[in-house]
Amino acid sequence: MIIYGVALLSACLLAGLFIGELLGQLLGVQANVGGVGIAMLLLVLASGSDHFKPLMTGASGSGIHFWSGMYIPIVVAMAASQNVVAAVGGGMLALLAGVAAVVVSFALVPVLSRIGPQSEPLPPLNAPTTSNSKAGA
Amino acid sequence: MMETLRTVITANGLITAFAVVGITVWLSYVMSKYLTAGRIHGSAIAIILGLAAAYWAGMVTGGSRGVADIGLLAGIGLMGGGMMRDFGIVSTAFGVHLSELKKAGMVGVISIFAGVVVSFVVGGLIAVAFGYTDAESITTIGAGAVTYIVGPVTGTAIGASSEVIAISVAAGVVKSIVVMIGTPMVAKYIGLNNPQSAMVFGGLMGTTSGVAGGLAATDPRLVPYGAMTATFYTGIGCLMGPSILYFIVRAIA
Repeated sequence: MIIYGVALLSACLLAGLFIGELLGQLLGVQANVGGVGIAMLLLVLASGSDHFKPLMTGASGSGIHFWSGMYIPIVVAMAASQNVVAAVGGGMLALLAGVAAVVVSFALVPVLSRIGPQSEPLPPLNAPTTSNSKAGA
Repeated sequence: MMETLRTVITANGLITAFAVVGITVWLSYVMSKYLTAGRIHGSAIAIILGLAAAYWAGMVTGGSRGVADIGLLAGIGLMGGGMMRDFGIVSTAFGVHLSELKKAGMVGVISIFAGVVVSFVVGGLIAVAFGYTDAESITTIGAGAVTYIVGPVTGTAIGASSEVIAISVAAGVVKSIVVMIGTPMVAKYIGLNNPQSAMVFGGLMGTTSGVAGGLAATDPRLVPYGAMTATFYTGIGCLMGPSILYFIVRAIA
C-alpha cells in the first residue's frame, strides 16, 4: 500500500521535528535543532532494518519515491516564494555580507573535504549536469 | 466565465501550484536543452525562473512571500513552504547509505561549526567596514550572514535595533539565493561530486533553502547528504550567536 510508505515518511519527519524541538528547548535556543536531519537518520535507519522492509519495498516504497521525485518541484515553488525584493533592496551592506559569506564558505569546501576518509565521486548522471567533475574532493 | 475560472483556480490552490510548477519545470528543461545545449541543468533554470517570478511578484504586490502573495498562485506558498520542503528533503534520504554518513560524520560536525563561525566573522567584518561600532549591531549582522533565522533571533536576544535586524534578514536571504544560483556554477571547482563533500558543503553553507536548491540544481543525489548537515546549522547558529559569538564581539568592540 502506497500510504504505508508515506505514513512511515511522515512519522519520521514528525519524530525528527519533535526531537529537534526538544533539543532546542534543552539548549535554550529558539529554533529547531537538526529536526529534519534527525528525521533523515530515522528514515535511513528504518531502511536498513528488516522490521520496516515491507514498508519500504514494492508499492509502499513507491510512496516514498514519489515524494523524493517531487523534491525539485517543491524547491522551485520554494524559490518562487522567497522574499527576493528584500534581498535585492536590503542595501549594499546586506548584499555584500551575504555574498562574501557564501564565497568564503565555497572556498572552504575543498579544504574541509580533505579531512577524514574520502568518498568516491558519484557516477555521472545520464542527463548532462555541471557536477560531473573529474576532480576528486 | 473568467470569474468561474478564477474561483476554480483559487479554490484549488495546491493543485494549481502543481500545474504551474510542472509547466515551469517543463519549460526549464526545454530551455536547458535547446538554449544551453544541456550545459545549465533544467532544475537550475527552474529555480532561477522561480526566483525571478518571486522578484516580479514582490515588486507588484509589495508582499514578502513572492508569487504566493498573488491570490491566484497562493498555493505555491503551501507547496514551497517549510512543511513540504522538509517532507521532500527527508524523502531524499531514502536509499542513502548509513556507511557514507558515518564516514563523513566527524568532518560534517566540524564543517557546521566552521561554517557558522566563518559566515559570522565575514558578516561582522563587513558591518564594521560599513561603520558599525557597537557590539549588538556587528553581532546581529554577522548572525544574519549565518542564516536569515539566526540574524533576527540573535538581534532580538541582544537588543539590536529593528533597522539592523532588517539588514541581517536581508543578508541571510541574499546568502540563500546566492547559494541556490551559485552552487551549480562552482560545484566543479570545489569538488562537489561525492557524498562527503556534499556533507561538508551543507555544514558550511547551512541555509537549508539555499543548500536544498543549490544541490538540487547540481546533482539531486547529493541533496540528502548536504541537507543532513545543513539542518543542524541554524540551530547551532541560534545557540552560538547570542552567546559565545556576542561575548567575543563585545570583548573586542
